Amino acid sequence: MKLFDYAKADSAEAATREGAVADTKFIAGGTNLLDLMKLQIETPARLVYISRLPLGDIEEIDGGGVRIGALVPNSDLAADPIIRERYEVLSRALLAGASGQLRNKASTGGNLLQRTRCYYFYETAARCNKRMPGSGCDAQEGFNRILAVLGTSEQCIATHPSDMAVAMRALDATIVTLGSDGERRRIPIGDFYRLPGDTPDVENVLRAGELITHVELPEPPKGRQTYRKVRDRASYAFALVSVAGIVALEDGKIASARLAFGGLGPMPWRDAAVENALVGQAPSDALFGQAADLLLRDAKGFGSNDFKIPLARRTLIATLKELTA
Amino acid sequence: MHFTINGQPHQAEVDIRTTLLDLLREHLSLTGSKKGCDHGQCGACTVLVNGRRINACLTLAVMHQDDEIVTIEGLGTPEKLHPLQAAFVKHDGFQCGYCTPGQICSAVGMLDEVEKGWPSHVSATLDDPDFTNDEIRERMSGNLCRCSAYPNIVDAIREVADAKQPVQAEAAE
Repeated sequence: MKLFDYAKADSAEAATREGAVADTKFIAGGTNLLDLMKLQIETPARLVYISRLPLGDIEEIDGGGVRIGALVPNSDLAADPIIRERYEVLSRALLAGASGQLRNKASTGGNLLQRTRCYYFYETAARCNKRMPGSGCDAQEGFNRILAVLGTSEQCIATHPSDMAVAMRALDATIVTLGSDGERRRIPIGDFYRLPGDTPDVENVLRAGELITHVELPEPPKGRQTYRKVRDRASYAFALVSVAGIVALEDGKIASARLAFGGLGPMPWRDAAVENALVGQAPSDALFGQAADLLLRDAKGFGSNDFKIPLARRTLIATLKELTA
Repeated sequence: MHFTINGQPHQAEVDIRTTLLDLLREHLSLTGSKKGCDHGQCGACTVLVNGRRINACLTLAVMHQDDEIVTIEGLGTPEKLHPLQAAFVKHDGFQCGYCTPGQICSAVGMLDEVEKGWPSHVSATLDDPDFTNDEIRERMSGNLCRCSAYPNIVDAIREVADAKQPVQAEAAE
């Protein structure tokens, strides 16, 4: 690990000022950042410790939603009575990720910002445009079993590894931040992440020193919620494909559908065309097949991840059957 | 830096980069917590911080100066084993023993999570799930055992969990 300066923030405002200094990272749970620092993939000159800031509560807000402090650990969020009762898809997604020990430490904000587990990002002897911009991408002709089939670019085919963020995408979460200039921003999760394009090292729209303080969920959507995750082991493994689904039926027809996907793209994936194709229709195998065709219309495999395309199709269909049964 | 470990105050001068695991093992000679992968994948370093199980390898010592840290050395002694330690011996819940301190610290934290009613990935309902052996396997998936003593580890944890429940049932009556 490279040597760094260390400071403990006493307030969110102080943290953002400290965080705006070049080459500074916030550290909360640290479960991903320290792992990357040990491998010298992340080499910040300064760490600002934020875990003692008062951002650890989950509270109800006007309009029937909830506000989740950025420092709420993943375990506590999954077990929270309100989340369990009204946002089952979020509890289920969190419980499908990592291990008990990691969930006890990892924070809500940190989970959103965790880096890809692409083997070539982790292997410092390999070329990786995300780790070292302009060096190339060894993943595309390498072992890319776990990598993306949607939203890729010539520069990068990494996936976003979070389960939690997939559920939050289906729930239309808003990410609330505090900037080093004191500005508060409310960023819909659909606008938070960036496609890799020519700059795969830039993964989201946060500015220097900008701190995630909360995540807000709107009133729980109508309908049944589920999180279906397909992975290489039954526990403690990242998603090959996952689906966060919320579907409401009315008079035998689909009244609303929210579908977000993990394991397929560089960000929690959501496609309005897929949802629009379902709304107003009666559930059927043919309809679900059409929805899957739409989802995967631009999917592109890179060899060892080709299997994800039929797997995503089957996983989506199974999820829709479960939610409309 | 100042620490509270197994109820005792400790002081150490360490590099800012020192993980909690390296503090315990290399600076305070508390070598019960083991270094397996050093990347949070194996669970051999599991300790309890303010009663919660975490991977000591994935956190900095400096972040835990205000916390209550409990390691395997704080759970029991050779003369007076913690119930989980006794159960691991009785059920042969190990072969080489390297993962065992992490398994036991993890099981202590896990049983506390179960008592709080926390659900898991395999829970049929998120509200008040049944504590089956599948639950034990899922909740302990962050602790690997290369000797694959898993069936006996599950038996050991089961016995301690079952021994706890009648006490709760009596208290409820």
